[in-house]
Amino acid sequence: MAFVTASWNPFGDVFYRKFNLYSDWKMKEDLSNCLIAAAPYAGPIALMINGSHKERSPSLRPIMEIYSSSGNRIVSLPWKSGQVVHIGWTTNEDLLCIQDDGTVLIHDIFGTFKRHFSMGNEVLQNRVVDAKVFPTAYGSGVVILTGAFRFTLATNIDDLKLRRFPEVPGLLRPPTCWAVLMQDRQPKIVLATGKDVYVLDNASCTSVIPPGLGPQVCGFTQIAVSFNYKKLALFTDAGNIWMGSSSFKDKLCVVETNFKTAPKQFVWCDRPKSDNPTVVGIWDKLLVITGKTKETIKFYQDEDVHLVPEIDGVRIISSSNHEFLHEVPPACQDIFKIASMAPGALLLEAHKEYEKESQKADEYLREIKEQNLLFEAVQQCIEAAGNEYEPEMQKSLLRAASFGKCFISNFPPDTFVKMARDLRVLNAMRDYIVGIPLTYPQYKQLTIEILIDRLILRRLYPLAIRICKYMKISELQGASRILAHWACYKVQQKDEPDDSIARAINHKLGDTPGISYSEIAAKAYECGRIELAIKLLEYEPRSGEQVPLLLKMKRSQLALLKAIESGDSDLVYTVVTYLKNEMNRGDFFMTLQNQPVALSLYRQFCKHQEPETLKDLFNQDDNHQELGNFYVRSSYSNETTIEGRVAALQSAVDEYNKAKNEFAAKITEEQIKLLRYQFRLQKESGKTYLDLSLHDTVQALLLDSKHKQAEQLYKDFKIPDKRFWWLKISALAEKQDWEELEKFSKSKKSPIGYMPFVEICVKHRNKYEAKKYVAKVSPEQKVKGYIMVGDLEQAVETATERKNENELNIILSKCTAATDQSIVEKINRAKAQILKK
Amino acid sequence: MTRLKMAAHLSYGRVVLNNLREAARKELREFLDKCEGSKAIVWDEYLTGPFGLIAQYSLLKEHEVDKMFTLKEGHIPPAEVKNIIFFVRPRLELMDIIADNIRCEHKHHGPPRDFHILFLPRRSLLCEQRLKEQGLLVHFTHIEEYSLDLIPFDSDLMSMEAESAFRECYLENDQTILFSVAKGLMTLQALYGTIPQIFGKGECARLVANMMLRMKREFAGTQNQILPVFDKLLLLDRNVDLLTPLATQLTYEGLIDEIYEIQNTHVKLPPEKFAPKKQNESGRDLSNEPKKLQLNSAEELYAEIRDKNFNAVGSVLSKKAKFISAAFEERHNAKTVGEIKQFVSQLPHMQAARTSLANHTSIAELIKDITASETFFDKLTVEQEFMSGIDTDKVNSYIEDSIAQKEPLINILRLVCMQSVCNNGLKQKVLDYYKREILQTYGYEHILTLNNLEKAGLLKPQTSTRNNYPTIRKTLRLWMDDINEQNPNDISYVYSGYAPLSVRLTQLLARPGWRSIEEVLKMLPGPHFEERQQLPSGLHKKRQQGENRVTLVFFLGGVTYAEIAALRFLSQMEEGGTEYIIATTKLINGKSWIKSMMDKLEPSLF
Repeated sequence: MAFVTASWNPFGDVFYRKFNLYSDWKMKEDLSNCLIAAAPYAGPIALMINGSHKERSPSLRPIMEIYSSSGNRIVSLPWKSGQVVHIGWTTNEDLLCIQDDGTVLIHDIFGTFKRHFSMGNEVLQNRVVDAKVFPTAYGSGVVILTGAFRFTLATNIDDLKLRRFPEVPGLLRPPTCWAVLMQDRQPKIVLATGKDVYVLDNASCTSVIPPGLGPQVCGFTQIAVSFNYKKLALFTDAGNIWMGSSSFKDKLCVVETNFKTAPKQFVWCDRPKSDNPTVVGIWDKLLVITGKTKETIKFYQDEDVHLVPEIDGVRIISSSNHEFLHEVPPACQDIFKIASMAPGALLLEAHKEYEKESQKADEYLREIKEQNLLFEAVQQCIEAAGNEYEPEMQKSLLRAASFGKCFISNFPPDTFVKMARDLRVLNAMRDYIVGIPLTYPQYKQLTIEILIDRLILRRLYPLAIRICKYMKISELQGASRILAHWACYKVQQKDEPDDSIARAINHKLGDTPGISYSEIAAKAYECGRIELAIKLLEYEPRSGEQVPLLLKMKRSQLALLKAIESGDSDLVYTVVTYLKNEMNRGDFFMTLQNQPVALSLYRQFCKHQEPETLKDLFNQDDNHQELGNFYVRSSYSNETTIEGRVAALQSAVDEYNKAKNEFAAKITEEQIKLLRYQFRLQKESGKTYLDLSLHDTVQALLLDSKHKQAEQLYKDFKIPDKRFWWLKISALAEKQDWEELEKFSKSKKSPIGYMPFVEICVKHRNKYEAKKYVAKVSPEQKVKGYIMVGDLEQAVETATERKNENELNIILSKCTAATDQSIVEKINRAKAQILKK
Repeated sequence: MTRLKMAAHLSYGRVVLNNLREAARKELREFLDKCEGSKAIVWDEYLTGPFGLIAQYSLLKEHEVDKMFTLKEGHIPPAEVKNIIFFVRPRLELMDIIADNIRCEHKHHGPPRDFHILFLPRRSLLCEQRLKEQGLLVHFTHIEEYSLDLIPFDSDLMSMEAESAFRECYLENDQTILFSVAKGLMTLQALYGTIPQIFGKGECARLVANMMLRMKREFAGTQNQILPVFDKLLLLDRNVDLLTPLATQLTYEGLIDEIYEIQNTHVKLPPEKFAPKKQNESGRDLSNEPKKLQLNSAEELYAEIRDKNFNAVGSVLSKKAKFISAAFEERHNAKTVGEIKQFVSQLPHMQAARTSLANHTSIAELIKDITASETFFDKLTVEQEFMSGIDTDKVNSYIEDSIAQKEPLINILRLVCMQSVCNNGLKQKVLDYYKREILQTYGYEHILTLNNLEKAGLLKPQTSTRNNYPTIRKTLRLWMDDINEQNPNDISYVYSGYAPLSVRLTQLLARPGWRSIEEVLKMLPGPHFEERQQLPSGLHKKRQQGENRVTLVFFLGGVTYAEIAALRFLSQMEEGGTEYIIATTKLINGKSWIKSMMDKLEPSLF
C-alpha cells in the first residue's frame, strides 16, 4: 500500500494529501499579475490579466479569460469596460466583474455579457476600493467597500436591494482585513482595523474580542471564514493564528507561526464533521497547513498559487498545476493506513489474493468473518471508493466490495449500486472536455439536479440528457428541462434560418411533457427573432402563455386568433381591450369584423358598458335588424318624452325596413300609432293609458264604457273578431253588465261560439245569466255547458239524445249519491239503452 | 354528524360524486386559511344558493367567518373582522359595486382591514382591469379564483347553475360558459380518470370537446393515473333538442318543478296543506310562510317516487301509508323488553318516514289540484297533438283563445314555440299572425323577446317546404301511443307519450350506436362526432362480468327533471348495460328556459 500513502502527510491523528486533478494542466498566464476567481464546486476559473494596472494604456488593455477546471480556455476577450476591482462567481456560475465606479457586469461562463447593475450612486465619487462576492440563502450577494470606508451590500443580485451598512467608528483607513459572514440568513461583515475587530450588520456595528488571545496582539492582518460560515480564523501581526467560531464565542485554538508578515492568501481547509479543521496560508511559494495539533505541514510550490476553498478541502491553482488538498477521508485512512487491520483493508487484501488465485484470500476473509465485520468491510470499501479520485482505485475498491458481498446473504444492494452509478457520473464530469472535477462530498452537497444545471450551462446537452436517463430523473425534471434549455440556446444561433430552427426544435421536443414553447419563444424574441418566436409559439398548447407574448411582440391579430382558439373569453377580452387602445376605431372595428367570436364578446361588453358603441358596431356591419332592436330598446330605456320615444321607434321602423323585416316595421309603426293614440286619450281623459298593450287599452276603454273608442281601435288595428269578442265579453262580465252582454250576444253570430259566454258568466258566479247561453252552445259542448251551470237533468237529456256514453259517464262522475239519485238512475237507463243497440 | 348526513346521498351512486364536493370544500378551506384571522364574506347573492350545496355556514364558521353580507352598493355593514372577502362572479357590474364599497370604507377611515376577492368560477383580467382603472386593485391582498364549475346536486347529477348559459351560447354567441364546461370536465377527469370516449352532437358540443382536447395537451406531462370511472362522455347541445323542455313534464319531480320551481334542490310550497310542525305552536300564525323542503335522494321515499309518472305516485303513497301504519302497529306485538327495545330503536327512522310520507302526500295533493283541472288537461292535449304531429301547420284555436284570455305570456310562447318546432317552422302567415296577436295583447315591447326566440331557432318561418319533424319523430320513435305510466317500459312515460329526443339519442348511442341513425342526425343541427382520449397503458379497464358501463351525459344549455328521470329509467333497465351520470349548465324547465330568453323592457316614466 506504500503507493497510495506516498502522498499522505501525517497531521496529528489524520493525514493530509495533495494530488493533481489533471495531469496535463497548463495555464499560460502568470497568476501574480492578475485578478483571479475560481468558482467553488470545481467551477470555472476566471482571470483578469493586467486588471490591477491603474493606468490605462491601450496596449495594456486588460484581458478577461475563463478556463474550465480542466484548464480548457473557454474564452479570452479584451476588457473594454472600466477599472475592475474584484471578480467573483455567483452560485449560478455567472462571472461578476465589480468596477471601481460601482458597476457590476455579469458575464456567463462563455464570457457573454448578460447584464449589469450598479451598487449605488454614492460610489461614483468615492470609488470602490474592495469588493467580495459571496453565496447566500437567496443566491449570490455582493459587498463593496467604498473609498469612504463604508460597506454597501446586496444579498441577492437577482432581486437587487442595496443595504448601506453603518459606519465603523474611527475608521480612517481601509480595514486591514475583512470578510463576509452569513448568520441566520443575515449578512454580516467582520473587519479588523489594527487590533480592533468589529462585526457589522444592517443596523449596528459591534466590537468583538476573539476569546483566548493574549494581550501581545497589536493587529490582525488576515481573516478567513470557513466554507459554511461557521468558523473563522485571524492572523495576527505577531504571527499567531486564532481559530474559533465565527460568532467569536468559542476558541478552537491559537497557533504560533514564525511568520511575521501576513500570508498572501489565508483559507480554511475543512471537511464536514472533521475534528481537525485547519487553515492554509501562503507565504510566497510556501504553503503552510496549521491546526490545533502543534504540527504543521509545509509544501514548497514552484510558482505562484491561488487557493480555492471547497467544502472538503482546498484547490490549489498555479500556471502548471491544478491540485486538490484535503484531509484523507476516514474510510480511505482506515483501508490504506500502513498496517491497517480495518475490515475494509482486509477485504481489499482478500480480493487481491483472490485475483491472484491465492488461498490467502480465504484467510483474510475468515479473519473478517470471525470478527463478524464483513458487512462493515463491504461498506468501508464502498465508501472509500467514493473518496478515491483515480478510477482504477475506485474499481479495485468496488470489486473488493462486490467480492465481499458474495459472502453476505441479503446485503442490501442499493448502496453499492448507488455508489457505482454516482462514480460513473463523477468520472464523466472529471473528463477533460467537461472539466468539473468534483469530489464525492462536493457532488452530494451540490446535488445531481444542480450538476445537471451546470452541464446545461456548459451547453453539454446530450451528456446532461444521458445522465438524466442513467440516473432515472423524471422527464419533467430532466430531459424536458434540458431540451428546453437546448432550444433556448438554439434560438440564439443567428446564422440558422427561422424555419429550420423551429422545425429542429419541434422535432426534438415534440409534445414532451413540461416543455414551455412560450419560454423558448420569449427567448427568441429577446434575441430579436420575432418570426422565429411566432413559429415557436405555434407549438405552445397553453393559450394563456401564447397570448401575452404575442401581444408583447405586437402581433395582436395573431394574439386575437389564439385567444379565440383557446375558448377563454377572458383572454379574448384582454386582447380586445388591448386592440381597442392600440388601434384607431375604424381599424379596430374592421379587425373585429373578421373575428365573429371576438365581435360577439365585444358586443356583450358594449351592451352593458357602452351602448353607443354597440350602435356603431351594428352600423359598421349594416346589421339593420339589430339596429332596429337597438332603437326599440333605447325608446324604452333612454327616452323620456313621447316625441323621443316616437322618434326612436321611427328609427327602428327605418332600420327594420332596411333589414327587409316587413313584419317588424309594420308592427312598430302600429306601436307608434298606438302610442300617439294613448297619449291623446290620456290627455283627454286624464287616465293612464300609455304603455298598456293594445289589448289592455281596449279593455280599459270597454270597462269605462267607451265602446265607441274601443270599436275604433278594433277596426284601426284590425283586431281579429274572435279576440275582440273575447275581450268584450270578459270586460262586460267584469262590469257585471249582463244586459249589454246579452245584447252583444245577439248583435251577430258569435265567432267564438257561445260556450265562452257560459264560462265567463260562471266565472263571475252568475249561473242564471249563464243558463241563457247554454242552449246556443254547439252540440259537442252542450253537455259541458249544462254541467257548468249545474243543470244535470238537461245534461243527461242532451247526452242521451246524442247517445254519448262518454258524456253520460262524465255527468255520472259529477253526481252525488245523496241528492242526484234520480239522475243516476236516468243515466244508467240511458247507458243500458245505448248498449242494447 | 349533521355535515356527514348532509352529503351522504352523494356517496351512494355508482360514481361517488362526494369526492367532487370534498375537493371543492378543500379548495375553499385552503383559500379561507390564506386570509388569516376573522373574516366577513360579502356575497354576490346569486352564488349563495349553489354554494350551499358545497358548504354550509358551519364550515365557514370553522374557518373564522364571523359575518356574511350581501353585496350591494354603499357601506359594508360594520363588523369587527380583520378580513373582508368578496365572493363574486367575474362581472364588471359587480366590480363597480365592490369599488364603491372600498371607497366608502376609505372615506370613513374604518379599521385597517385586508380585502380579498374570490372569483367564482374564474378570475378575469377584465374585472381586475376594471378595479385597476379605479386605482383600487392594490387594496386587495388575495385575488384568487375558486373553480367551482360543477356542483354535485345528487348522486348522479351535477349542475353549473349558470342561469343564462343557453341564452349566451345560442343567442349572444358568447361561449364563455363552454370554457367553464371544459374546465369542469377537466376537474372531473382529474378526480375520476380520463374519459376514454367522447361523443357529441351540436356546435357547442364540438367546441367543448375541442377545448378539452386542447386542455389535455396543456396538462401533458401530468399524466392522470386514475382508473377511469366514466367510459363515455356524451355532450349534447340543447338546441339539438329544443322540443323537450317545451313540453310539460309529467313526472313527480318534473311537476313540482313546473309548478313550484325547484331551486338548488330546494322548493317553496304553499303552507296550507302542511300541518303545523308542533301543535302548541299553532297559536303563532306561521301559515303565511311558505313551506321550504329540500328534495334529493337522501330522502328514501322521494328517491323512489321522484321519477315516476305522476299518475303512478298515488298508489305508491297509499302503499307506503299502509306499510308505515303497519310498522307502527308492531308496537302492540312487542312483548319482551328486547322486542320493545328493537321497536324503539327503529322509531326515529319510522318517524322520519312518516314525516316524509305526510309531506309528499301534501305535495301530491297540491299537484293533483292542478293536473286534474280542465285547463291543465286542455293544454296537455294541445301539446300532445303537436308532439304527435297533429295540425301543426295552422293556427291553433286553443292558443288563439288563450291569447284572447291573456293567459300568462310564457305559457303562450311555450306552445307557439312547440308548434313551430314540431312543424320545422311555421308558415310565414301563421307565424306573423301569432306574433301580431302576442304583441297586440301583451305589448309591443315583446318584439325583442320574439326576435330572441327566432334567433334561438325556437320560432321560425318554414323555409324548406319539407317538414322533417315527422321523419325524426318516426325514426327516433318520439311518440309512443301505448304507454304504461305505472310500470313503464320506455322512456316516453315521462311525458306520457313523448320520448324526449335528447334521451332517445343517448339511448341509441349506447345501443345500437349512432351509425344506425346517421340520416336523422344530419337533420338535427350541428355536427356529431366521436373522439378518443388515449389512456396511459395499464389503465384500461377490465370489466367485470355484468358490470355496467358508465356514461356521463352533459347537457349544454340545460336539462329538465323529466329528461333526468328518463335517463335514470335507462340506468335501471336490466338489459340496458349503461348507467348514466348527468351534468348540465343549468337545471331548467320550459318556464325558466323561455324566461331566460326574454328581454324585459320597461318604459322610463314620464
